Amino acid sequence: MSSLTSKLYSYKFFIPAAIVYALFFLVPTFLSFFFSLTIWTLSDWSFTGLDNFRIFLTEPSLNVGLRNSLVYAVSTCALKVIIGFLLAAFLCTNLKTKGFLRSIIFFPTILSTIAVGIMFSSLMHPSRGLINVALAAIGIHGPDWLGDPKMALFSVALVDVWKGVGIAMTIFIAGIQAIPPHYYEALMIDGGSSFHKLRYITLPLSRSSMNSVIMLAFIGGIRSFDLIWVMTKGGPGFTSDLIASIIYKQLQGGFYGISTAGNVVLFIVVSILAVPMYKFLTKVEVDL
Amino acid sequence: MKKRMIAFVAAMTVLMVVGGYAADRQKLVWLQWSNEPQQKNIDAVVAAFQAKYPIDIEFDFKPGSSEGENLVKTRIAANDMPDLLTYNSGSLFQVLNLEKNFVDLSKEPFADKILDSFKSVVSSGKGFYAIPYQPIPVGGILYNKKIYAQLGLKIPKTWKDFLANCEKIKAAGKVAVIASYKDDWTAQLLLLADYYNLQTAYPKFAQDYTANKAKFATTPAALRGFEKIQEVFAKGYTNKEPMSTTYDMAQSMLANGEGAHYPMATWVLSAINQNFPDKINDIGFFAQPGDSADKNGVTLWMPTNISIPKTSKQIVAAKKFLDFFISADGLAAYMSVGAPDGAFAIKNVKMPDSLFAATKDAIAYIDANKTAPALEFLSPVKGPNLPQICVEAGLALKTPAECAAEYDRDVEKQAKQLKLPGW
Repeated sequence: MSSLTSKLYSYKFFIPAAIVYALFFLVPTFLSFFFSLTIWTLSDWSFTGLDNFRIFLTEPSLNVGLRNSLVYAVSTCALKVIIGFLLAAFLCTNLKTKGFLRSIIFFPTILSTIAVGIMFSSLMHPSRGLINVALAAIGIHGPDWLGDPKMALFSVALVDVWKGVGIAMTIFIAGIQAIPPHYYEALMIDGGSSFHKLRYITLPLSRSSMNSVIMLAFIGGIRSFDLIWVMTKGGPGFTSDLIASIIYKQLQGGFYGISTAGNVVLFIVVSILAVPMYKFLTKVEVDL
Repeated sequence: MKKRMIAFVAAMTVLMVVGGYAADRQKLVWLQWSNEPQQKNIDAVVAAFQAKYPIDIEFDFKPGSSEGENLVKTRIAANDMPDLLTYNSGSLFQVLNLEKNFVDLSKEPFADKILDSFKSVVSSGKGFYAIPYQPIPVGGILYNKKIYAQLGLKIPKTWKDFLANCEKIKAAGKVAVIASYKDDWTAQLLLLADYYNLQTAYPKFAQDYTANKAKFATTPAALRGFEKIQEVFAKGYTNKEPMSTTYDMAQSMLANGEGAHYPMATWVLSAINQNFPDKINDIGFFAQPGDSADKNGVTLWMPTNISIPKTSKQIVAAKKFLDFFISADGLAAYMSVGAPDGAFAIKNVKMPDSLFAATKDAIAYIDANKTAPALEFLSPVKGPNLPQICVEAGLALKTPAECAAEYDRDVEKQAKQLKLPGW
């Protein structure tokens, strides 16, 4: 295969992509390693060694942020996998309205995150928001979704799931449809129920799509920023801060060196978590 | 065919004439805040200027607060600045490397008209780099006069009296203190506007604070600010949903008499006037009370400013505009569409009689010379997390002492970034 490729395509084809990649990815990455060691005002800089890392890592809100990022990533990831998988399995049956339902569930994905955030901020208003008004109609006193320090992070996580489950479902649908029908036929001949179909064929054989969903959702969750910023800005106080929002606050404060150091830390955290996870997940994958 | 040819030539001639006319007029680009509540007044000044000079002004809008600050810093680094810039005065402006990036105005004929207290906050030690763009904002407590009249309350001169008033307002079933922590910057006002009281108790605080000798946590008078934020919440004087209440909602609560007090600066008055023009004079203003009745005064902010970046290719025209802006004609145009919400940082301006009631109250403190500048104009040390820390105090997530200690740590970054001695 490789000899064929090199015969058909010259390496010159690779150059434009390589230039773009180097210019917009490699160069900024290495520059950021450098600037993370400086006091930087965008127009000039002076070297400070590891001081930025010390300041960033002793930031009082950072341990909250780290914990929140993990909780957020794990909970959104788990919900997207479970709900996404069940929806996909359901919408791969011979349902008449399945095309319509798929579009409905996928629809939030194409909305702007900012718009979604603003919309849910008003829906989640404790007394005037539609959610609590609806709950009050059936006699439930709804919580202060975004104002209660204990709730805020989970409220945003729920919105994230609502918005992102469409992508997970689509990946699962693709995976499920790629399962050859003869497995199901064999199971039917053996007299298996539809639960058996789901448990022993669909679930194990959509493992590779599940891995993609887990990786995408987890990394997305760990570096998530936009939704939390629109809905709570990390508040009340610092109770829903994520690593990314802490970094952004450094940037807003004009501490470009410290925020770059924070990004280097985030890069390391994501690598430490994602690389072994990827290795583990690919090991348990099954070939069709 | 011939007809068409004539039409074409005629059209070209018209285009050339119009084009030639447009080329005679210069164009200045002004990077302006997108949500300026006094934009109506600014537009009036611009219209008067364009009528007088062959110079047009085109706005380019930027967001407020730190997003706008980052935009400006990035554009300075990229050498992509407009001809005129609106920006905060004080420490925020001074970090922009004024001497290198902005045109010095100290030799201009209009320089003498501007108050020295303003010049000092747009200066880097040598010269000064901007003109005042708004009236001087005054920090304190805005209150609903109708509620005060109904309940027979008197303007409090001490914090104790203030709390007693709050108790009566609460008993009458109204919100005593409006908290709009959804816009977290508004949570800072009880702390920042307490600076007059801090300064009377500890006159050298700003100096010692900059030199890393005084701290919020270890200075009782400074800690009072955090304590006040917490006290109004702990005693149940604030509205029930502070985290879902925005700056805009707070304005409506104050104007419509749902809430009695709003700790804020007078910059909010123009916005209230825009949305509730018939209610603006129901709102009054008093200084944030301290511990003793005979030491009662207000904390002043410095107006935001207009400056000319050095990279502008039309510095002469831009200077003409600044000159016009603070001239008698410019100020007359400014005031032609509505009263200013405070006194100007310009000498000898006659204020119109149509001032808002709260503005009159606030200016009375300035006339009586009972003022102190806000801390951010006396010290470059300001931490970026103050809004969130004030929310923590305001929801009693932490004690005032913990909040003060947290803020003391937060300012360390700014001090180091500015390479101040002693940090």
